[in-house]
Amino acid sequence: MVNRSVIGAHYGLRDWVMQRVTATIMVIYTVALALFLLTMPSSYAGWKDFFAQTWVQVLTQTTLLAVFLHVWVGIRDVWMDYIKPTGLRLALHAFTIVWLVSCFIYSVKVVWGL
Amino acid sequence: MQKQRPKHLDLATIRLPIPGIVSILHRVSGVALFFSLPLLIYLLHGSLSSAESFETYRAVVAHPLMKIILIGLLWAYMHHFCAGIRFLFLDIHKGLELQTARATAKTVVVVSLALTLILGVALW
Ligand code: HEM
Repeated sequence: MVNRSVIGAHYGLRDWVMQRVTATIMVIYTVALALFLLTMPSSYAGWKDFFAQTWVQVLTQTTLLAVFLHVWVGIRDVWMDYIKPTGLRLALHAFTIVWLVSCFIYSVKVVWGL
Repeated sequence: MQKQRPKHLDLATIRLPIPGIVSILHRVSGVALFFSLPLLIYLLHGSLSSAESFETYRAVVAHPLMKIILIGLLWAYMHHFCAGIRFLFLDIHKGLELQTARATAKTVVVVSLALTLILGVALW
């Protein structure tokens, strides 16, 4: 980046926008899933078949990625609001990253039935 | 120069207005969902597992303690969802007037409790 300004208060903007965009993705996914479930016969087999479709898996995984990005920004904000000692805050940020990456990997296994 | 301003931050005696309550519950529910992520993914995992392990899963989910936790998480998601949508509208400067903001805050509380109740009863 060439014209990057080194001062200013807009560094958080990218994260702020990402939190909003990911929130919108989750809302759309939630509403769409609810509508699908309402029109589907509620059975174990029906649910399994539904989730075996590639497009459902792709959209679910994309939305879950949105969840993890959203929560990374959100939880980091919470730590920054309440946790003042630098060392402890750093440790909690590190914990959050490990927690979210682990959850993401677990979600990949589950969504794709690995 | 340090200005001396009166400060009143005694959390125990401040009466939080309804939009404030919605806001702090949005934060509380978000943090609760963060810590429950492995459980939430496990719920999806179990629901998609093979027929035999599906029975084990049903037993786990049917445990009364688990049901209470799940109702709590259901409410957390419903509240975070409704309050989150309200915040998104506030972010684009819709509904900022005091009266409207109070009314939408009340709506968020009522709708998320109602949805929790309806879905909770349906799923129990
Ligand atoms: C339906 C979807 C969702 C919507 C519409 C939504 C909306 C929002 C919005 C607008 C914010 C910013 C609030 C602010 O800046 O004050 C936020 C923050 C947050 N969200 Fe979500 N969210 C959703 C789902 C989730 C999920 C699934 C989780 C956790 C697993 C989560 C965790 C958080 C956390 C921890 C914060 C930070 C709380 C704070 O700063 O007070 N959100 N959400």
